[in-house]
Amino acid sequence: MSDTALRPARFRYGAVLPGWIGLAVVVFWLAVALLAPIIAPHPAGAILRVGTLAPASAAAPFGTDFLGRDMLSRVIYGARYTVGLSLLAAICASAIGSVLGILAAVRGGWTDGVLSRTSDALISLPHLMFALVIVAALGSSLPVLVGLVAFSYIPGAFRIARSLAANVNAMDFIQVARARGEGTPYIVLHEILPNILLPVLTDFGLRFVFSVLLLSGLSFLGLGVQPPNADLGALVRENIEGIYDAAPAVIVPAIAIATLTIAVNLAIDGLLGRSRLTD
Amino acid sequence: MGAQVEVAGLCIAARRASGAEADIVHDVSFSAAAGEVVALIGESGSGKTTTALALLGYARPGCRIRAGRIHVGGTDVRALRPADMPGFRGRRVSYIAQSAAAAFNPAHTLMQQVTEGAIIRGLSPRAAHIKAVGLFHSLALPDPDRIGRRYPHQVSGGQLQRVMAAMALMTDPELVVLDEPTTALDVTTQVEVLRAFRAAVRERGATAVYVSHDLAVVAQMADQIVVLRGGRVQEIGATARILSAPENPYTQSLLDAAPSIHTPPTAAKPPKPAPPVLEADALAASYGGPVGVPVLREIGLRLLPGAVLGVIGESGSGKSTLARVLTGLLPAHGGTVRLSGTVLPPAAADRTADQLRQMQIVFQMADTALNPAHSVGRLLARPLTFYHRMGGAARERRVAELLDMVRLPANLATRRPAELSGGQKQRVNLARALAADPALLICDEVTSALDTVVAAAVLDLLAELRRELGLAMVFISHDLATVRSIADDVMIMYAGRAVQYGSRAALARGPIHPYADLLAASVPELRTGWLDGLPPATEGTSPGAARVVANESCAFFDRCPVRLPGLCDTTPTPTQTLSTGATIRCTQPEAELLRLGSAITSAKATSAQPVT
Repeated sequence: MSDTALRPARFRYGAVLPGWIGLAVVVFWLAVALLAPIIAPHPAGAILRVGTLAPASAAAPFGTDFLGRDMLSRVIYGARYTVGLSLLAAICASAIGSVLGILAAVRGGWTDGVLSRTSDALISLPHLMFALVIVAALGSSLPVLVGLVAFSYIPGAFRIARSLAANVNAMDFIQVARARGEGTPYIVLHEILPNILLPVLTDFGLRFVFSVLLLSGLSFLGLGVQPPNADLGALVRENIEGIYDAAPAVIVPAIAIATLTIAVNLAIDGLLGRSRLTD
Repeated sequence: MGAQVEVAGLCIAARRASGAEADIVHDVSFSAAAGEVVALIGESGSGKTTTALALLGYARPGCRIRAGRIHVGGTDVRALRPADMPGFRGRRVSYIAQSAAAAFNPAHTLMQQVTEGAIIRGLSPRAAHIKAVGLFHSLALPDPDRIGRRYPHQVSGGQLQRVMAAMALMTDPELVVLDEPTTALDVTTQVEVLRAFRAAVRERGATAVYVSHDLAVVAQMADQIVVLRGGRVQEIGATARILSAPENPYTQSLLDAAPSIHTPPTAAKPPKPAPPVLEADALAASYGGPVGVPVLREIGLRLLPGAVLGVIGESGSGKSTLARVLTGLLPAHGGTVRLSGTVLPPAAADRTADQLRQMQIVFQMADTALNPAHSVGRLLARPLTFYHRMGGAARERRVAELLDMVRLPANLATRRPAELSGGQKQRVNLARALAADPALLICDEVTSALDTVVAAAVLDLLAELRRELGLAMVFISHDLATVRSIADDVMIMYAGRAVQYGSRAALARGPIHPYADLLAASVPELRTGWLDGLPPATEGTSPGAARVVANESCAFFDRCPVRLPGLCDTTPTPTQTLSTGATIRCTQPEAELLRLGSAITSAKATSAQPVT
């Protein structure tokens, strides 16, 4: 007897498990961001009496920062900024980029030409450099940061949505809709979007990760969220001197950024789509 | 030499999404003597391909050969170890797949790909090359000595299919498995490919297993037919016996559903004289703007309410383009389209909602014509909202009515297209067009992708809808038999022009255009020996390749059996009106055409159908 044709079925559970772990961590960070005022042991600005850049203790489980503030509370409030701003920026980037991308695919011709060439031009700008110039010109405020990050990632989202939509646009049901006399908004939102939603969501997850990293990078350079508030990137910068004393104040926000971004990636890969999208 | 093939009690199990295993092939047994051709025939999902692949010791991912005996030339296929497989597959058995276009690597020449397998198995490149050229000769490929240097995109679909046969025959296999090798081809091309296949298989004395859904094709190829349905054998017998005296009711239904140019057309009341619902005059269209590639030239047509116009042609003849031009999806750059007397703007975007409503298009592939993200109910509701401003309970009621109209249960409304069968999808596709309350349906190859029995049911439905709703139709197909069974008028297209346009009666009585004659002669008939009785193809022809003509001369010249060199290829071809009322674009005078025409006129003699 030969069973040469039989291969064991894919290890479904094994392939999906990291996805669930990732999702759990993402949900954890979202909860932290939402519930910050309730779960933080101290206000973000309160100075404890355990000294500056103190090691972990019962009073301050993650130690204190360079001014002697509780690091745990700082990270909890910092997560609020990082998650909130990045989420907002990623939603803007994906929504605007996807709608424009589908529009370009559906309309073709001039619309497509102008949108695609503009996106090509924008995608060639290094994000961080571009951000530096804009912040230098407009100053740093929360709306500017969100707008800046969203703007940086619109071209990427646009490209992915456009190429996905171009495939769907070639299907006969689009022809049927056109022959029926449907307008462009209906075709974009009802005929095409539902068919590319999954990969677009996958891409959204990646945009979120990029946003976290760009915002943290900006904050680390001192151009992001301004003191006395701080996001996770700013926390790393504020406490950078502590690195010589091995203070937990530097490593904790760094770990926070890492767990958040890795978890989002795991969740996307494991749960949303088999096909991996890259920028 | 061929191998004796024996299959006994074959069961193949497939793993479902839930993880449970279920048999998709149940206890299939058949045998073939050395050199015999066995056909496995059935609808999609009947397990015919799965069974054929088992002969190669292969089961598709998720499937498993669960039980049974497969012996090929004394080798127990199921006992072969993975290490033995390369010596068995490709050397002793080989496989020819349905779509040659998908089976070739576009980056390598044909010769590299044809000889690769044989060279790996130890043949010297030089010997392999000589052998391949010999095979190209015996498969009647044009320019056999040099065709190997071309790349896959440089040859036509029918030629590629034959090159693939050459690849399969390189190692002189004892058993060749052919999986629907001509299904994707035009009828005229199919004839050439069938002829080449049969000659090559006979010459080598190989045993062959031919998988097909088309009884008429199988009748030409096979010594023995195995009828499969739902993974079970319905009937096994010699080809002549199965065709003349089927014992199984399912085989009988397959035979009944097979369209034939001999079947008398379904009786339909001749449409009453009334102002035409659709008129087109001197339509011209091209891809890439008015200066681009012309794909449609000087098309005129006239359609009375409730009448059906059949449009026939090979792929590339412009028949689907005609549908797109009429509906405004591809704006014409010349000529006019009139709907109930009003001239329509060329582009759909400029037409009014009511004009759009009256003309509905139904596409060939229901798979891509229905948005997979929408439920059936939503698909049908949209035209109701869009054209009739219908909502709420009234709309739901109408959706149920529409489903009933196309003979589908109302509870299908909550399902998605992916959960429906091919025939059901095509019915939903039709129902959506009907939801608009159109005066005119444009059906673009609506039955071409369906199994014979299902296609026959959809055709019946169309005829019924036409009777009940008084719908006019433009029915586009590559299948002459189908068009003849449903149409009142027939237009035959070649290279973007109508070469013949007239009533069905005129087509049946003749004279007909030589191209129409070739089309009619190429439709496989349900009897053995039909292929042998065909006259050989005209010298120097390559089916599927329409000549590009700059002047107004005949594009069909290269393939025409009755061409007049020096006249047809140099002077503009006249359009003449025949005594039957049909117009025809040909230089040959009417009396000469009547004398030369054979296929349809002889068909008329045998069917003796009343001329309406």
